[in-house]
Amino acid sequence: MNRLVSKNCTWNGYGWKIMRRAFCSDVPLNVSGTSSSGTINDHGAKNEHETAAPQFDIAIIGGGLVGMGLACSLARMPLTKHLSVAIVDSNPALLNTTSIKKDDPPDPRVSTVTPTTISLFKGVGAWKYIEQQRHAYFDKMQVWDYTGLGFTRYNARDVNKEVLGCVVENKILHRSLLSCLQDTDLQKTIFSSRLASMISGPTSASKALGNTSSTEGLRDRGNLTKLELSDGNSLYAKLVVGADGSKSRVRELAGIKTTGWNYSQNAIICTVEHTAENRCAWQRFLPNGPLALLPIGDRYSNIVWTMDPKESLSRKTMNDDEFVRAVNHALDGGYGPRPKPQVSGGGAHTVHPLAGQGVNMGFGDAFALCKVISEGVAVGSDIGEVSLLQKYEADRKTANIAMMAILDGFQKAYSVDFGPLNFIRAAALYGANYIPPLKRNIISYASGEQRLPIFT
Amino acid sequence: MALLTRIRTRIPLGPTRICPLRLIQWRPYSNHQSTSAPASSISSLNQTELVKFSAIADSWWDADGPFRPLHIMNPTRLAFIRSTLCRHFGKDPNTARPFEGLKFVDVGCGGGILSEPLARMGATVTGVDAVDKNITIARLHADLDPVTASIEYRCTTAEKLVEERKEFDAVLALEVIEHVANPTEFCKSLSELTVTQGATVISTINRSMRAYAMAIVAAEYLLQWLPKGTHDWSSFLTPEELVLILQRSSVSIQEMAGFVYNPLSGSWSLSDDIGVNFIAYGTKTYG
Repeated sequence: MNRLVSKNCTWNGYGWKIMRRAFCSDVPLNVSGTSSSGTINDHGAKNEHETAAPQFDIAIIGGGLVGMGLACSLARMPLTKHLSVAIVDSNPALLNTTSIKKDDPPDPRVSTVTPTTISLFKGVGAWKYIEQQRHAYFDKMQVWDYTGLGFTRYNARDVNKEVLGCVVENKILHRSLLSCLQDTDLQKTIFSSRLASMISGPTSASKALGNTSSTEGLRDRGNLTKLELSDGNSLYAKLVVGADGSKSRVRELAGIKTTGWNYSQNAIICTVEHTAENRCAWQRFLPNGPLALLPIGDRYSNIVWTMDPKESLSRKTMNDDEFVRAVNHALDGGYGPRPKPQVSGGGAHTVHPLAGQGVNMGFGDAFALCKVISEGVAVGSDIGEVSLLQKYEADRKTANIAMMAILDGFQKAYSVDFGPLNFIRAAALYGANYIPPLKRNIISYASGEQRLPIFT
Repeated sequence: MALLTRIRTRIPLGPTRICPLRLIQWRPYSNHQSTSAPASSISSLNQTELVKFSAIADSWWDADGPFRPLHIMNPTRLAFIRSTLCRHFGKDPNTARPFEGLKFVDVGCGGGILSEPLARMGATVTGVDAVDKNITIARLHADLDPVTASIEYRCTTAEKLVEERKEFDAVLALEVIEHVANPTEFCKSLSELTVTQGATVISTINRSMRAYAMAIVAAEYLLQWLPKGTHDWSSFLTPEELVLILQRSSVSIQEMAGFVYNPLSGSWSLSDDIGVNFIAYGTKTYG
């Protein structure tokens, strides 16, 4: 019985990554200086007499995984749970309280969460909701390349861990964070709308103060940012966090510049069924990009197959039997065991590649930001203070750029089919497999611990 | 001033030699002596200080201005205050406003960079400073945020508050004692402002050779973090002296910590090295 469960959902998995870049290459956007008439209410929105627009401590633009992750951790930290939070997202799922049914077909949009992310989720109390839903731990990971020379198999036991990670559908991750948030008494308001414009005072009240020779006019400099929404509502916030993905409106409005790479690649995602239960994450480096097979529970696996756009177009139009054959062909050859997925039916479609680590970096950012805010509250800082965010930036930028460069390096290394290079790559993979300290380092880095392999 | 400049150009940096003169000249925070010393000389000294502080008062809240060192040191000072005072008053440090219901006075509050965080931590704060313009700036800045707008700022001195018979649960004088004319009298005033079993927190710079190199040569001359002449080495107190002075004013020191600057990360941290910057917390033993 081989059945395709679903392969018809596009998702820009790359979004997290870009967002993260926006998130840390510039401060998440903050602004300072209150209007003199403004009133702050620690327990939620309160009207300002002039504009009647509610005022919040923090406005999170984008109630996706990262935005909800931030809201949850703010709600759970003892020093931040009193803050009033606005979440701006037009996604109706945020207002929907029905839970996901166990027998719903799996969502092909899945994320591989690392042990570090798992412990962050446990910390905020969201993991227990995931455990009630479909999720799949994997304790083995096999990486091999297309020449068949290089081969590495990681085992959770190598690093004295139970699991190497867990594959969870994105909608389950999101739902769990939402349930977790609803459990808390965080003063939150969800605005089911989109951000239209953002009017902010000077990025630093202190700078503005320093530059003025007289003290007049200080009162006019708001330390609040005014957010106008597409449905005509508006609100004020001390701190605005852009968690609205790769095409971040916050970033655009704030004029935050980003630097980055362009990948002329797409990924095809779909769910496949195996003949036996799978607890191993498979990844094969092919000349056009990696093909990953992630267990998602029972006998199902999720395929993320990265390739160039032209190729993805032809794969998408294939019929299911051809697609299965193509997948099996791509997994064929080389040493070691390999999965033999059997798929049929439906049509594949494309997403952006390198989705796997993005969400972990995004969660890492969200929790780090929450920690910095909490530390700021502890010493009585204004949460919109620039120095706080500089700390966040310093904390996250290094970590994220290192991870991105490594992912990028992997892709570049495998995009060339050249004899000697093939041999070096294979040797590197073997090295990673047979030099235990190196292997342990790589596993713990991939697990989300913020240390670079080799250098520690 | 003119005299000082001339002397400084003639005599190379020798703390012991320039001390006696500078000791007289550099007293930004003039207070208690106004009652005991001849009024004429005091008012002129006071005037010098007022002019000096007024000149840079606008930049109190410029995180990159002359008060930058205080800004970057501030979270570290507050971390010490938070942990010691939470323990002292039996408050839960895991709350956002642990000092709710407590009356604090920030003596030598400047632009209010300590008063505002204390108010956000829930304390009922009175900020006093002898420089009128500091108070104006502090007032304006605190009004920007309703939480800090409740701070009472007054242009006065610790001594005058004592005369008014004011009392506070905690009295804080951070980076002030090295600027006062008579530390002993100053400490006595701080003690009198503290309720019995209340807390007194003082931070200053040690009179060590290392402090001379760091706080004066490095901070004022090499790095130019501080305006030249901000500090006078000879008026620094050693931790031992501070403990003694406070003891005589019936404040017994409970805890002391040093501030250490890490030039690589550009941040301060608490340490047991009290060789340069240090902070002390004591309790008022009897009334």
